[in-house]
Formats: sequence, structure tokens, C-alpha cells
Amino acid sequence: MKQMKIRLTFPKDLTAEPVTYNLVKKFDISFNILKAHVDYKLEGTLLLGIEGEEDKIGEALRYLNDVGIIVDTDGKSISIDFDKCVHCGACTAVCVVNALEMGKDCKVTYHGERCLECMLCVKACPQRIIKNVFDY
Amino acid sequence: MAKTYQEINEKIASGKAVVVDADEIISIVESEGYEKALEIVDVVTTATFSPMCSSGAFLNFGHATPPIRMEKIYLNNVECNGGLAAVDTFIGATQESTDKSYEYGGAHVICDLIDGKDVYLRATGKGTDCYPRKEVSTYVNIKDMNEAYLYNPRNCYQNYSAATNSSSKRIYTYMGVLQPNYGNVTYATSGQLSPLLNDPYLRTIGLGTRIFLAGAQGYVTWQGTQFNTARPRGENGVPLGGAATLAVTGDMKQMSTDFIRPAVFEKYGTSMFVGIGIPIPVLDMEMLKYLCVKDEDIYTSICDYSIKDGSDDFVAKVNYAQLRSGSVEINGKQVKTAPLSSRYKAKEIATVLKEQIEKGEFFLTEPVTYFPMNNSLNSLAIREKGGNK
Repeated sequence: MKQMKIRLTFPKDLTAEPVTYNLVKKFDISFNILKAHVDYKLEGTLLLGIEGEEDKIGEALRYLNDVGIIVDTDGKSISIDFDKCVHCGACTAVCVVNALEMGKDCKVTYHGERCLECMLCVKACPQRIIKNVFDY
Repeated sequence: MAKTYQEINEKIASGKAVVVDADEIISIVESEGYEKALEIVDVVTTATFSPMCSSGAFLNFGHATPPIRMEKIYLNNVECNGGLAAVDTFIGATQESTDKSYEYGGAHVICDLIDGKDVYLRATGKGTDCYPRKEVSTYVNIKDMNEAYLYNPRNCYQNYSAATNSSSKRIYTYMGVLQPNYGNVTYATSGQLSPLLNDPYLRTIGLGTRIFLAGAQGYVTWQGTQFNTARPRGENGVPLGGAATLAVTGDMKQMSTDFIRPAVFEKYGTSMFVGIGIPIPVLDMEMLKYLCVKDEDIYTSICDYSIKDGSDDFVAKVNYAQLRSGSVEINGKQVKTAPLSSRYKAKEIATVLKEQIEKGEFFLTEPVTYFPMNNSLNSLAIREKGGNK
């Protein structure tokens, strides 16, 4: 069994498609909804923690692509300008899921697969070098 | 075997001084023993890189033709003090800009100047016979200023309380974002690497001590404000909370933003990360023992930052090994801990300072005078004129 975090972006005309139902019925995938949102333009976002057979997950991702959903599997919801980061650790204070973590080497590391996109770190960073990658 | 400042400086001059940082001295003593370590090691470098609000800079712009006596002064829309002579000013790190609020403040101006950027100067005066000009609007650059020096009245805290929040609401503080219901603990100081924790009675750090300040060679110029050497101490002499502080100064033209940065604390304001390194001479066995202090021997209080009515805000007593482990126990529950000081940067500064001393570029100074011990804090009484405190 494979586990991963996927972020689905639904164009306006697809917000009525029963995508999660199909993931269960057609590909036998179990999931946790981490975050769901429909914005003022009727574009939807769905953040899922999924689990299933590796080949089924592959098929599911192809299905999602085919119906026109933008699938993001790299798990990164924020970007950190590490050239400027001083590794103070202020961002780790607000990260409940330890996606931002202070390592033994006293440097901050980001584990995208754990991130729940609360974006509290964006406000907690004293240097303002953490960006929400979905803010355009 | 005692060593003098002069003997140590002679070894530095001949390139023979043995310099280690405050982490390394611990393992050297563990492997070699105290006697051998005292014989071998001459200097131990210590450092911190932490938000230090009580910071700022004195600037002199030079005179324009015709000249102006600047009374209202702005740099990139951050107000500077107009209460000095015609073209002198002091800019405080926490002063917020009129257009960007705390997202851009005095600390940003200071760091932009250090970076060599042009900064917009706008100033007005009433006009006098000797200073007829009434306004000026121009760009200034640090390289053209007569003087630009950092003067920080309170830096380098010797220990500091850690922060938590017992209330049901998230609070925004200078100790970062504190989550409700003891959701996290934040702390500041670099523990066993921190300068004043390695010299708890300030035997070697006093007026005139040469220090590494944001990349320049700076100096300790006075005791810092809120100097509280009467703070209760542990058996090892280390104060159990915020105690001694230092006023420091240094030439901004020699500084680098590798070691000083603006800081913004959400819904609080602007501050500045200041990097300070202090070399401590291993004068005798007493100093060596102080320098071997470990994170687990340095205790501080966790205070409840949601309590502001003067009632007891003490939550727990912890040491820095516990704080650095990632969690501490409060009321039987594990609570996440996070630093606000960069230990990574502090280590970098301790290492750079070590290399400068080894290369004979940085010499030690004996204090001109020592700061008072048993100095306690006063609070501000709200009272009528002539009334009792």
C-alpha cells in the first residue's frame, strides 16, 4: 500500500464532478480530506491524504488528469527562500504537524507531505520569506 | 595556572593562540580534563543571533548648501529622532514606517544602509539665520555619510524567560505566535553558546570589551538597560531568568547583513536580529568552569504571556536541553518548543570570530571597568506628582 498527499485543483466546470466517489469506486482508494475549498470564481481545491495499491494510485492520477483536474503531487504548499533564511525557528513554533522542523543541525527543514496548508508560518516568519505558493 | 590578557594577546599576535567555541570547550574538558584544558585553551568564543528590539543607529548626513537644521526627519518614510544637532539623528530599530507600518521599519532602514542601498531622506526645519533651508528631499547612501554607527542600548540578554499562552485565544507577541491552551513554547538565547551565560558574573565582559557586532569589531559601551544582576542564580552562578544586558556600538560601514537582519513579528511590530560574538579569555580555573556550562545546567522560567495583570505568570522551570529537545511537559502534557534565536547563525558567528582570532585579526581587551552586581530593576509607578511610589 502506498500513502501520499495530493492537491487537486478543479476548474469551474468540474466542481460538480463526483471525483472522490470515483476514486473510491473505480480505484479502491481510501482518503482523508485535509482541506476543501471553493473560491469566488467557483474554482475548487481539494487536499487529500490518499492510500491505495501503487498501480491503482497511478491509474487514479491518470483519471484525474484526463477529466481536467490539475493534480499536484509534490506536496509543497509553501516556498521558503532558504538563501535568506537565518533558521531562527519562529515558523516551527506554529506548525502543529511538524512540516516545518528544526533539525539536529539547527536548520529548518520543510516536509511538504505533512503540510496541511494552514499558512500560519507565512505570518510567523520574521523575515517574510515564506510564501503561499498558491497565492498568485 | 593563570593567564593574563597580555599573554593571550601575545599568543594571538604570534598566531599560536588556541581558540575554541563554547560548544567545543565542553568536549575538550570531558576528554582532556580541566587541568589540561586550562593549559591548552586560551580563548573561548561565544555568540548569539536573536531579535533585539532595543537597537538603533546614530547617523550624520553632512550639510547641504544652504544648510538645514533637521527637525522632522524620515528615512524611507521611517521617522528618525529630530532632537539632536542639525544633521545628526538616531533611528530606532522598532520605529514603523508611515506607509508600510511594521512590515518596514527602522531595522529595515538600518539593514538597507548596511547593504549599501540608496535610502530616501526627507527632512524639514523651521529655518534659522544659521540654517536657512527649510526642507530637503534627497537620497542618501552609507558611503557618503560622515558617521553611521549602531548604538544598541540593550542587547545580548543573559538568559530570558520562555513564553507560552494559557488563554483560549491565539496571541501575537514579541516571542512569536503563541497558540492557545499551552499550544507551544518559544524561547530565545543560544544556551551554552550564549555570551553572558558563559561569564555569569561578567568577570571578563565590561566597559570597552571588544566584540564581534554584526560583522564589525564593536565595543561594549555601557551596561545594558534593565540591567538586573540581582536576579536569583543557580548553584553554578547562572541567573534563572533575564539578568545582565549590554549596550554595544560598532561601525555600520564595516557590517554585513549576513549577521544582522530586520525582523517582523505579526501584530506586534518591527525588531532586528542582531548577531554578537564575544571572545572570553580562559584566565584561570574559575573562568574555565564557567565556560563549560551546558544547556542542561542553564535554567529559565516558562512564563504565561496571556497574563498581563501583574498576577503570577510562572508556568514551569526548564533547562535549555529540554527546550532544545522539541517539547517540554506542562501540566502533564507534552508541549512543542521552538526557538526564536538562530543557533545556526550563532554557531557561524562563534566560528568566524574563532578564525579571526586565530589569524591575529581580533585581539582581546581587558574591561576598562566592571559592571555592578546586585543591580535590581525598578518598575513604573502610575502616581500623582509628589505621590509615593
